Parts: sequence; structure tokens; C-alpha cells
Amino acid sequence: MALSLLTPMFKVERDEELCIQCKVCMRQCVNGVHWYDEEEDRMRCDHKKCVGCHRCVVLCPTGALTVKKYPLEFRENAHWTLDYIRSIYLQAETGGILLTGMGNDRPYPVYWDHMVLNASQVTNPSIDPLREPMELKTYLGRKPKAVEIKNGKLAEKLPPQLELDVPIMFSAMSFGSISLNAVKSLAQAARETGTFFNTGEGGLHRDLYEYGANTIVQVASGRFGVDPDYLKAGAGIEIKIGQGAKPGIGGHLPGEKVGPEVSATRMIPLGSDAISPAPHHDIYSIEDLRQLIFSLKEATNYEKPVGVKIAAVHNVAAIASGIARAGADFVAIDGFRGGTGAAPLRTRDNVGIPIEFALAAVDERLRREGIRNEVSIVVGGSIRNSADVVKAIALGADAVYIGTAALIALGCHLCQKCNTGKCNWGIATQDPYLVKRLNPEIGARRAANLIRAWAHEIKELLGGMGINAIESLRGNRLMLRGIGLNEKELSILGIKAAGE
Amino acid sequence: MMITIDASGLHYRKLNEQIRKALATGATEILIKNANGQRYIGTGISGNQRIVIEGTPGSDLAAFMDGLEIEVMGNAQDGVGNTMNAGRVIVHGNAGDVTGYGMRGGELFIRGDVGYRVGIHMKAYKEKQPVIVIGGRAGAFLGEYMAGGVILLLGLDLEPGREIVGNFCGTGMHGGTIFIRGEVEPYKLGKEVRVVEPTSEDEQFIADYVARFASYFGDDLSRIVAKPFKKLIPFNKRPYGNLYTPY
Ligand code: SF4
Ligand code: SF4
Ligand code: SF4
Repeated sequence: MALSLLTPMFKVERDEELCIQCKVCMRQCVNGVHWYDEEEDRMRCDHKKCVGCHRCVVLCPTGALTVKKYPLEFRENAHWTLDYIRSIYLQAETGGILLTGMGNDRPYPVYWDHMVLNASQVTNPSIDPLREPMELKTYLGRKPKAVEIKNGKLAEKLPPQLELDVPIMFSAMSFGSISLNAVKSLAQAARETGTFFNTGEGGLHRDLYEYGANTIVQVASGRFGVDPDYLKAGAGIEIKIGQGAKPGIGGHLPGEKVGPEVSATRMIPLGSDAISPAPHHDIYSIEDLRQLIFSLKEATNYEKPVGVKIAAVHNVAAIASGIARAGADFVAIDGFRGGTGAAPLRTRDNVGIPIEFALAAVDERLRREGIRNEVSIVVGGSIRNSADVVKAIALGADAVYIGTAALIALGCHLCQKCNTGKCNWGIATQDPYLVKRLNPEIGARRAANLIRAWAHEIKELLGGMGINAIESLRGNRLMLRGIGLNEKELSILGIKAAGE
Repeated sequence: MMITIDASGLHYRKLNEQIRKALATGATEILIKNANGQRYIGTGISGNQRIVIEGTPGSDLAAFMDGLEIEVMGNAQDGVGNTMNAGRVIVHGNAGDVTGYGMRGGELFIRGDVGYRVGIHMKAYKEKQPVIVIGGRAGAFLGEYMAGGVILLLGLDLEPGREIVGNFCGTGMHGGTIFIRGEVEPYKLGKEVRVVEPTSEDEQFIADYVARFASYFGDDLSRIVAKPFKKLIPFNKRPYGNLYTPY
């Protein structure tokens, strides 16, 4: 093989004083960084192979390991940073499209961090959520413009709704892009916390049918695993048009990851590529989208809400308006920070817009058109903590999707190597040896803990604002103020500056 | 038990409600008269009953359908058999675009022509092997991204100057087979497919399906098989395997 010009990304340091040569690190690192040198009777490592996933660091029984950024400095250059130099070396060696995992990691502004929340002082009392009831219940689905009551009952049946105990759901992650144990963890956690997980476009594994009441089944362009049982299994259906990590691009699960279980779940032959074309070839317009929405409603007897997921792109407000008019019960918008099992690097890092802007624009547009009640808004692709959730809801979201945060709860260390299928944490992999590392019961507990913790924090924040139901925060932008934003940004977000 | 439904003036939702109700109450055959563009007939329905349609059904006929047999005495519109799971649709006239899109099982027999993007992303798994038989010609992008199953394109009674298939046939194809009766010019094919001669097993398969086609539509079998078929298959299961570099 020709000489590679790539230098290591990480440096693995072993404290020889502490190391007891137990070889745990060697067994845990699927990248083959650690090895035992018999001649010298000591552990050694190949820094070049390290991806910085911290598996060995966490599992070393004596705490002997440290992983650092490789201390090799190019001559300082604000334009030609390490990443750009490395990617040229790589492409010069292979001629390939750069493929990566997880979400956009570039230093674009994070608008959540430029918004602050309000709290009550003196004039309207705050509420103590520990002593007083606090409502987080959220219903996703089309709401009628007005309700008519006859004999103490609703005169007309409400359109189908998804009932959430907390306004947080697990976003679409397919079995294939993540392991079955990871999906099971999320399914179980969704059931425990009264929310939903989403199958992604990977079909529904037979072990997961029991979680149907907490499942949103996705229908994407590849239609993998989509049959009548699948459509009926979930509580809701989501048509996937796009995702934040790769707007305008289809999905592609390489044949190596299509093992017996993935093959059975997607209903495709063993080892064949699972290609989801960029568009649905039966959808070239809002009218066509309407046709698929109603096709799915017909197929499920109008009993389930049908939503549409799109990536946040320039015209998102107009597109969302079209989606609402096409009859969708909810629209899920995925911001440009949204994660993925695999996406072309340049698309991930350069296509799409921040979810904060997209959300504000969509909510505003739907309100102005008088159709906000006709569709619920779910946003994802950047939610990192409960304060982000609260800000999203104040900006107009009905609920949020979390993907990356959920995987971090399961142990992900954000090494961004999901596309390689060699996830040392048993999450983004189909290798049975690695998948075993994630115990679905422990995973479920951790993911459920995260949701519960956030729910408590959301209640605290609401109480501080003197609000006792999440419903009263929805679209209540007066609760937000901007910091360090220019006039244009403030006006798009529809919020005042701090101090105003 | 046979039930007749007059579809004239009925909204599709009402019509489909009536169909579901009739099937639930034990109808084994339904005759729909005066269909006039009603969508989603047979969509998402499971069973082994038969529906005969007089008139023109609307789009997404038999979408997600699971087992029924539908016979359309005239033309059908777009999306016939969209993501269909099992069953059979027999269309005596033409069918529109995206016929058999994402189809995963069952059979479509179309006597006439079909539109663009037919059989896109059909896929097969184990005993589920979807088959589309087209009597006339097909538009562009036939079998694009095809991952499994079989398309049989007969090109019967082509008017002079009309070609049997449009451009980009089999683009991105990575599984399944397309049989074309007669010749197809190389420039019409996607770069992921190649043309081979059918095997004797293929000949048998073609003969069986053509025989059924002929019996459904009262065609002359010997006339159809008199012209040899070409077989299109993908170069490999991983058309884009070498395109990417892990970053
Ligand atoms: S796991 Fe820790 S103690 Fe064990 S061999 Fe590796 S560095 Fe040494
Ligand atoms: S386990 Fe992860 S952090 Fe440790 S050496 Fe291997 S790749 Fe690096
Ligand atoms: S899921 Fe696994 S491979 Fe992906 S970023 Fe997290 S630790 Fe890395």
C-alpha cells in the first residue's frame, strides 16, 4: 500500500505505573489500537487507529488510560485547518465521497444559547412544581378549529392524536443504522415514560411489535419493511421526506450491515445494499404527498395520525404550510445539526438551516395562514437539554425529537464513526460481539432516566415562569429574550432582545 | 357472496368504506360499477376476495394491498400496486406512472401501456417475488433502483415509431430481472444493467406468465412467444459500494 499522509487524530497515553496488563483495553477496542508486546511484556498502542470513543478509557480497571488530541501542530493557519487538510489527503488517496456519522459539528452559531427564559418576580407568583400540579401532557395531531358539544359530548370525533406524557420523543433511528439492543432500549424507555420511539426507515423487528402503542412507524422512499402489519403496528405513521443531516439525499445502508436480522426486518436479501432514493418516486408535488398521506390513512382506516418529516431548508415555512394543507397531522422538522448513521460529510456540514430559525418561521407562517391548529410541529436536530426543549416549545413547537441526546444516554461518546459500523459502545453497529455490550435493560433505564430528569427540569422552568401547563408555553415567545442577536435574527425568531 | 356497489357520485372515502364493510360482512366478490377516479380502492386491505371494477379507478389502486385480486375492465391511473404486499391486479387497459412502486409481492398484469417510473424499487424477499407483466410499452425509468422481482415487458402491437421502453431503463438497479420482448437499444439502459440471454429456466418462467397473460386478456400465446426475449440484470448487488471513503 502506498504511504498514507494522514497523521493520527488522537494520542492514547498509558500510565505504565497504573497498568496491570489485564488487556481489557485490547479486547474492548475494536479498532485494534491496543496490543500486547510479548517480548517486552507490556501494552502498546497504534495511535493512528484511535477514533476517540473513550471505550478503553472508561473500562480500564485502573484508570491508566488517557486519550488526547494528537499534539501535532501544522503551522498555524486560520483558513487551512486540520480538518480540511486531512480530508484532502484522504480524498487524494481514495477518490471517494467523504462519509461520516452523527451531526454537523462546525462552529455555526447555536441559537438556543442566544435565547434566555423569563421568570416571575413579585407581580405574578412562580409555582413550585414539587407541591403543585404541573401538566406536561401533549397531544400531537390535527385539532379542529372549534369544538361543538352536544349532550355533554363532542359532537364530532376528534382526529386521531398521539398522547405524550412528556413533550419529548426519540427520533427516527432505524434498526440497521443502530443495533437492535439500542432500538429496544429506546422502545422500552418510551413505554416507561409515556412517549414514542420512531422506527426510522428500517422496518419493525418482530421483537418490537409489543411496543406498538409507543411506536411511530416510518415510511421512507425505499419502503423497507413496509407492509400492512407494519403500518398497523404503530400508533402513528411518519412519512420521511428528508433529514437534517443530509437534506436532499437518500439513505444508503451498505450490504455489510444487512445481516440476517436486518435483512428480515427490512425484507431484503442478505448482504444487498439498502438504497433509499433521494425522493419518493411517487411524490413530486404537494398533491402527490397528499396522495400518499391519504393512502396511508386509508390503509389504516383513519385511525392513526400521519405526519411528514422534512429537513430544515431555506423554504421550510412554505413547505410546512403545504404539508399541513396536504392533510398531515404533524410535521417533523429536522435542523441542520441533526445526527445520522451515515451522511456525506460536505452535505452534513453545509446543507440546511438552524432549527431555531426553521421552527420560528414555520410556526409564524402557519399562524398567519390560520392553519396552525391543523398540524402539530415536532422539531429535532440539536436538542441537548431540557432548556432547549423549553425554548423550542416557547418558539412554537408542540414537542421535540431527540436522537443524539438519546444515544449519548446509552453510552455514545460522539466519535462520529457511526458509518463504519464499528461502534465500540454497541450502538451504531450490527456486529454481535459489539451489540452485546449494550444491555437493553440498562439502556432503557438510562434513556428513561434522561426523560424523567428533563421532565423535572422542564417543570422547574415552567414553575419559575409562573406557568403550570406546557400548553400555556407553546408559542409564547414573550417568555424568550435574545442575547447577542442582530435585528434580523431577532425578527426571524420573533423575540425581543434582553432588556426590552 | 357477490355484492355490487354503484360508485357514481361517491367520494372515495365513502366508496372504500362500503368496500371494507362489504368484505367484513362476508362478500367474496365485489363488482364496482361506474368507478370514476376514486382513489385507494383496495388500499391496505388484506384477504383473498375479488373486486371487479368497471369504469376508471383513481390513483393508488391496491396500494399496500395484501392478497386480494382486483380486475379493472378499463384503464387504471397512477400508483397501481404501490408498495403492494400480495395479491393480483389485472388491468385490461393502460396504467399510469409509478405502477408497482416499491412493490414487495404479488402480481400486476397490465394489458396496455404503462407510464413513467414503473416498478421503481421493487424488492423481493424469500417467497415474496413481485412480478409485473406489461402488454404494451413502458415509459422512462422502468425498474429504476430495482432491488428484486421481475418485470416482463411485452411491447405488443407497438404503433410504428413507438419504442418499447423509454430512457434510463434499470438505472441504479441492484437486484431483480427485467425481460424485454425484442431488442432494446443500449443507450436506453442505465449504466448499472447489462443485457444477457435468458436461460431455459427463464424461458419457462416467461412462458408461464405469458400463458396467464394471454388467458386473462384472450391473447394468442404463440404470437407472443414467437419473438425472443432479452434479459436485463444488474452488474452487481452493490452499485455504489466503492463511492465512499470513511472520514
Ligand atoms: S485496560 Fe488498563 S490496566 Fe488493563 S491493560 Fe489496558 S491500560 Fe492496562
Ligand atoms: S477504545 Fe476508542 S478511545 Fe480507546 S483506543 Fe480504541 S478507539 Fe481509541
Ligand atoms: S453511536 Fe457509536 S459510533 Fe456513533 S458517535 Fe456514538 S459512539 Fe461513535
